Amino acid sequence: MTLLARHAENLFWIGRFVERAETVARLLEVGSRNSLLPNSSGGFRNEWESVLQASGTAGQFEAKYAADMRERNVESFLFFDADNPSSVASCIGSARENARIVRTALTSQTWDALNTAYQEMQELKRTERSKLSTNDLIDWTLRTGALIRGTIEDTQLRIDGYDFLNIGHYLERADSTARLLDVKYFVLLPQVDFVGTGLDNYQWRTILRALSAHRAFNWAYGGEITAAKIADFLILNRRAPRSLITCAEEACWHLDRLARGYEQTTEAQTQARNLVAKLSGIGVEDIFDEGLHEFLTRSIGEISQLSAVISEVYLIGEAR
Amino acid sequence: MLEKPIYFNEMGMDGAVRPPYAGLDTWAANMPEEFRNTKQSEAEALFRRIGITFAVYGEGGDPDRLIPFDMFPRIFAADEWRKLDLGVKQRAKALNAFLLDVYGRGEIVKAGKIPGRLVYQNEAYEKAVVGIKPPRGVYSHIVGVDLVRTGPDEFFVLEDNCRTPSGVSYMLENREIMMRMFPQLFRQNRIAPVENYPALLRRTLDSVAPEKCEGAPTVAILTPGHFNSAYYEHSFLADMMGVALVEGQDLFVKGDFCYMRTTEGPKKVDVIYRRIDDAYIDPLCFRPDSMLGVPGLMNVYRSGGVAIASAPGAGVADDKAIYTFVPEMIRFYLGEEPILNNVPTWQCGKPDDLKYVLENLKDLVVKEVHGSGGYGMLVGPRSTKEQIDIFYAKIVENPGNYIAQPTLALSTCPTFVEEGIAPRHVDLRPYCLVGENIELVPGGLTRVALTEGSLVVNSSQGGGVKDTWVMAE
Repeated sequence: MTLLARHAENLFWIGRFVERAETVARLLEVGSRNSLLPNSSGGFRNEWESVLQASGTAGQFEAKYAADMRERNVESFLFFDADNPSSVASCIGSARENARIVRTALTSQTWDALNTAYQEMQELKRTERSKLSTNDLIDWTLRTGALIRGTIEDTQLRIDGYDFLNIGHYLERADSTARLLDVKYFVLLPQVDFVGTGLDNYQWRTILRALSAHRAFNWAYGGEITAAKIADFLILNRRAPRSLITCAEEACWHLDRLARGYEQTTEAQTQARNLVAKLSGIGVEDIFDEGLHEFLTRSIGEISQLSAVISEVYLIGEAR
Repeated sequence: MLEKPIYFNEMGMDGAVRPPYAGLDTWAANMPEEFRNTKQSEAEALFRRIGITFAVYGEGGDPDRLIPFDMFPRIFAADEWRKLDLGVKQRAKALNAFLLDVYGRGEIVKAGKIPGRLVYQNEAYEKAVVGIKPPRGVYSHIVGVDLVRTGPDEFFVLEDNCRTPSGVSYMLENREIMMRMFPQLFRQNRIAPVENYPALLRRTLDSVAPEKCEGAPTVAILTPGHFNSAYYEHSFLADMMGVALVEGQDLFVKGDFCYMRTTEGPKKVDVIYRRIDDAYIDPLCFRPDSMLGVPGLMNVYRSGGVAIASAPGAGVADDKAIYTFVPEMIRFYLGEEPILNNVPTWQCGKPDDLKYVLENLKDLVVKEVHGSGGYGMLVGPRSTKEQIDIFYAKIVENPGNYIAQPTLALSTCPTFVEEGIAPRHVDLRPYCLVGENIELVPGGLTRVALTEGSLVVNSSQGGGVKDTWVMAE
């Protein structure tokens, strides 16, 4: 059956919003754990600020809460706030609204998973805040994301709609990994003398933990945690499920499937392949030569560029 | 003071249980309260999970409101249904004959059976489709006939809906949920299935594809969008029929045809089942300010490049002023006597009728000619003096805008209420499909006024819904 361009866009955004909700929860976890450390400069303030910087919502937060970065405020803002389009609640709401529009392209199980997530979120919103711990909220979000992803994998027909769901998902995940890595930059940049200290180590570990990858990292690399190993793991390692290269390859694979199904290769496939080629061709030393932050900023730009091309080619529906 | 009317209870009066309800009385009476509450919340959870919610225009509040679902089914015996089946089909046929006629030669007006001004000056009369003969001569492909019952053999048609009657998803989902919750009831009783409605609708739409269409027709449902209160139904039907669910922005006109924007480029659409009003179909033809429609669609329609169901202009047949003449139509076009009766209706536009209506407002139901959904309506016996006075003034100001009917003694059906089981007033909307054939699935949407004594069943006014059973022959 043919897929409306508008509906393909809805599917693409379901993939993105579900992953984005998870990212925000992971960011919350990073902030929450880092703030448990007694000894970073500026007290707890810095950790939370870095989280807001990395999520790209620092400006909005400031407009609402001034500079009052108490955990509770940041948590409200990142988890529940309806005015923050990237809050977990907003992402779940948007994913479900997109699903409602495009229900005809979803299995009843997928719809059920998304709708149930939304209903549970409504319930959480009604619950007294003192009864909700940050960890519970984070766990709920990760579990919900896994459930939705699992349902999509298990029940959706392998047709073009499935590819659009996945392209959105992997592009968002690539973006998310880049942003989480960048948190480290915002936290540590001013204090070069921290590098290699216990605090440095602890913060890197938190990032791995937030990406559900600290055990996997030990398995793959072992020994001392260093910035180079982490960057290699989260950017260039094909075995890491959230690394930039894995996400780029998955997105590329789904784009290639579309091209085969539609019997037409477009600019979107070309760009995706270029992205994969670039990541395959570099080593971790190239990244540090460029500067980790600079490299991540550029990558985030390239991912959003690819997203724009996909939109132009498939999601607007002009005659091709 | 009006004496309290005696209402026909469909389960039976004075302790005797009528045959179709045999067994159901004890089923309900023996249901422990706790079990009943569990089942009721299970039903609600199911409705919420499938997302069949309903937003009420202009009321704000919860956009995900549920229409209350009552678990006590409403039941028709096979022979009762046979009469309704014939009556509804007869009506749907006559209404379509009328539409074809008034957009053609206008024989019924020439014969003096219906005043020309009621037809040609009617707001719903669409000059843009005059002279068009749609495929198979069908204008209204889905006719919803609103029926009430006042006695064992007494049924009245309250109104016809020839444009885009909604609610059929409730007919289907109510049944699904009942079967899931009370399978034993379906084993004990032989209940005719309704689940082939979407397949019949699809076949009906396929059968009215334009002649220019080669091969299997592409069908699409045109929805105003996901903010519309009936969006669930639109997506449900699209899903069940396996057709695309499009908005105006997804369609465009090029040359002689209409196309939808897909990920693979444009794809021609042959049949549009539109769930938007006439005024929004084509901004070039109707409302220039409409964002919902498709510019140029009416030109394609006129030249036979696409079929639209229901056809633009179909609304003139379900207008409340035309309603009075439906029995005349049946005689005129079919040469038959109406099987289902109209409710006696006074046209406030006629001086004699107006006089009677104004003198008897407290006993009558007054409706706006173009109103729908139970808005802008007066139920005399249940209104305060102030409400009646306000309506009096409105009618005097614009009499042509109102009709009045006697307050009918609507039948009741047992309903689960807080105190246990009590009779509540019900109506019925079956959905008749008109294409190559005329089809009616055995069932429909039963709406129930949940407030004690209330006769208003509209969901926007606190009505609920029930599963409607037709016993198999």
